[in-house]
Amino acid sequence: MFTSRFSVRSVFSLLVVVSLLLGVSPALAQGGEEFPISDQYAGTQIRVIAANHPWNNAIQRLIPDFEAASGITIRLESYFEDQLSQRLQIGLTGGTAEADVFMFRPLQEGLLFEKNGWVADLREFAENDEAWNLADWQPGPMGTVTSGDVLFGIPIVTERQALYYRKDLLEEAGIEVPQTLEELEAAAAALHDPDNGVYGIVLRGQRSAAVTQFSSFLYSFGGQWIDEEGNSAIGTPEALQAYEYYGGLLRNYGPPGTINMSWPQAIAVFAQGQAAFYLDADILYTNVTNPEASLVVDKVGFAPFPEGPAGRRPYSVTSWALGMNATSENKGAAWEFIRWATSPEIVRKMQSEFGQSGARSSVWASPEGLGGFPPDLAEAIVINGQTGVGFDRPRVIRVGEARDIVGLPIVVAIEGGDVAQAVEEAHAAFQRFLEQEAAEFGE
Amino acid sequence: MAPHRTTQTRTSIIHLRRRFQRLSFILPALIFVVVMMAFPVAYNGWLSFHEWTGSARRAPEYVGTDNYTELFTQSDRFFPAVKRTFLFTGVVVTAELVFGIGIALLLRDAFPGHTVVKTLILLPMVATPVAISMAWLLMLEPTIGVFNKILRDIGLTPQPWLGSQSQALWVLMAVDIWQWTPMMAMITLAGLLSLPEDPYEAALVDGASSLQSFFHITLPLLVPTLLTAVLLRSIEALKTFDIIYTMTRGGPGFSTETLNTLAYVRAFEYFRLGQAAALLVVFFAIVLGVSVIFIQMRRSVSMRQAL
Repeated sequence: MFTSRFSVRSVFSLLVVVSLLLGVSPALAQGGEEFPISDQYAGTQIRVIAANHPWNNAIQRLIPDFEAASGITIRLESYFEDQLSQRLQIGLTGGTAEADVFMFRPLQEGLLFEKNGWVADLREFAENDEAWNLADWQPGPMGTVTSGDVLFGIPIVTERQALYYRKDLLEEAGIEVPQTLEELEAAAAALHDPDNGVYGIVLRGQRSAAVTQFSSFLYSFGGQWIDEEGNSAIGTPEALQAYEYYGGLLRNYGPPGTINMSWPQAIAVFAQGQAAFYLDADILYTNVTNPEASLVVDKVGFAPFPEGPAGRRPYSVTSWALGMNATSENKGAAWEFIRWATSPEIVRKMQSEFGQSGARSSVWASPEGLGGFPPDLAEAIVINGQTGVGFDRPRVIRVGEARDIVGLPIVVAIEGGDVAQAVEEAHAAFQRFLEQEAAEFGE
Repeated sequence: MAPHRTTQTRTSIIHLRRRFQRLSFILPALIFVVVMMAFPVAYNGWLSFHEWTGSARRAPEYVGTDNYTELFTQSDRFFPAVKRTFLFTGVVVTAELVFGIGIALLLRDAFPGHTVVKTLILLPMVATPVAISMAWLLMLEPTIGVFNKILRDIGLTPQPWLGSQSQALWVLMAVDIWQWTPMMAMITLAGLLSLPEDPYEAALVDGASSLQSFFHITLPLLVPTLLTAVLLRSIEALKTFDIIYTMTRGGPGFSTETLNTLAYVRAFEYFRLGQAAALLVVFFAIVLGVSVIFIQMRRSVSMRQAL
C-alpha cells in the first residue's frame, strides 16, 4: 500500500512540476527573452523561394534552429534577382501553390503582385500576434509594403541613401564632410583630379538603375514623381533642377562612361580608390569595407544624405520583404516561418552579426542592433531614417516602364544634352503612362 | 456471300491496324511538335490580340489589332530597334563571314600544332555568353578596364566604350564577332576540305594564279556551304539577347535596344504580355522572311551549279 501511494504522489508531483513549467515558459517568452515558436504545424513542409542575397545566406544558417523548434521543414530555393522575379511571375501566374513563402522587392513588384492577387494579406496574422508586435515596426518601411489596408509583405531588408566619402582625401584638402548638396558639389569639384586618377564623384548613371538613387536628390530639391492627384510631377522646376544637378555632378566631376553604370560598376570605381564621393544604398557598404574587394577599407567614411533646398529627404525603404503565396495551403505554417524570420531576436541577429538592416524600432534603439555597422554609418542610418521617404521610385504597377521613362532625362543630363526638353518629353510620356495605368487598373 | 464479307472485314481490320501502327511511329514526334512548337506559336499569336499582365484574377482582354497599331504608329522604340537589329545582324554576319573564310584558309593545310590551334579557336564559342559578357564588361570599364589602360600606355585617347550612345552598339558587335567567327571558320573549313581536287589541277595546268583559283574555283564551289553558314548565323544574330542584356540592358539610353531585348522588356519588365506577343509575331515574320530568302538563294545557286 505504502509503495503504491508513494508512486501516486510522485506521479502527481511530477505532473504539477511539468504543468508549472509549461505555464511559466510562455510568460518568460513574453518578457522578451525568447520568441515563442509554436510546434502546432510540426511535420509540415514549407517551400521558400529566395533571392541570392546576404539576408538569404544568413537566414539559411539560422533555419535549423527554427526547424528544431517548430518541427516544420523548410525547403529553400535561391535565384539571382532577375531570375527570381521571372520565376515568381511564372509560378504565380500559373496559380500554382508551389511556393508558400517568397522574397520579393515590394517597390519593384509589390503593387503588381498585390493587384494580381498573388500575395496573401498578412494584416490579420500580424495584428493578432502579440509577441510579434506590429507596433514595433518603423512606419516608413512598413508603408512600402502596405497598399490601402492590405499588408502584402513583411520587411526584411531596408535601405537608405548614404554618402560614402574618402576620409584621407578630405583631410588632405582640408575639406569638411559636406552637409548640403551645395557643399557636396563644391567638394567634388575641389577633389576632382582625373590626371592623378581621382574623380570627384561617382553615381549610377544607367537609365533605369539610376532612378532610385536620383530619387533622394529629387525629393531634397522639393520635387516628386507623382502629385496628389496622381499626375506626373516631374515637369516642375524643382524636378528639372534635380535632374540638372545630378547630371552636372557626373558630367563635370564623374568618371567617363557613367551612363552605363549600375551600382556594381559605380561602387567598383569608388572601391578602387578612384572617386572621392559616392552616394548609394547604405547596405552596399560591405563592398567597400571588405579588404578582398576594396583598396579603400581604412579610408572610407559615411555620412547622412546632404541637405537640399527642401531639406534632407533621402529614400528610406523596404528593399526586400517576405510575402506569402495567396494560394498556399499551409498559410498557418508559412506565417509561423515569417514571424520567426522577422522576430526581434532574428532582426537583432541580422543587424548585429550579418549587417542586414531591418525595420524594427526596438532593434534600432538598442546598442546591440547598431553593432554590426561602422559607427559613422550607424549614425547616418539613424539620421537618414528620421526624415526619409518611404519609396525610391514611382509607386506604380509597371515600375520597369515608369523607370525607363523618368530615367531617360538623367542620361541626357549626364551627356550634357538639352535637359529641359528631355524632362518635358519625359513629363508628357509619364503623364500618358499614368493615365493609361489608372484606366487599366482603376477600381 | 457470308465468307466473302468476313475476308473483307478482316482485311480492313488488318489495314486499320497497319495504319494505326504507322501512326504510332510518328506520334511521339507529332506530339512533340504540337506541344512544344505549334502550341506556343499559336498561343503567342492569340495573345497578340489581347492585353494581359499575367494576372490570375483578370483574364486576358481582347483588344483586336490594337497591339499592332500601337507598335507601328505609337511606339517610338520599335522602328529604331528594327533598324538596330538589322544593322547588328548585317555587320556581324559579314565580318564573321570574311574572318571565318580567312581563318579557314589558314587552317586548311596542316601545320605543326594545327589541331591545338583548331581547338583553341573554338573557345569563345563554347564559353557561357553571360560569363564572357561579364569579362568583357570588366575589360571595357572606362576607368579601371584593361582596354583603356592599353590605350593610355600607347598614348591614345581612352574611349568610353559601352558608356557612349554612339559606340556601345559597335562594341557589342565586336564582342559578337569575337564569339561567333570560330563557328563560321569551322563550317567553312569543313566545306573547303570536301572540295574536289580536279578543278585545281586543271587550273594549275592552265596556269591560273592562286588568287585566280580562289576567286574562280574555291569561292563559287563554297557558295552553298557559305549560304548555309550565313543563314544559321543570321537567324542567331537577329535573335541576339544575352550579350546585349548582360552588358548594356539596351542602354545607354536605348542605344543598343534590339527587337529581342525590347520584347523581353515589354513582357517581363513592363508586364505588357499582349504587346510583347505582337512584337514577337512581327519578329517571327522577319526571321522567317530572312530564312526563306537565304533558302531560295541556296536552291537557285545549287540548281545553277547542277546545270
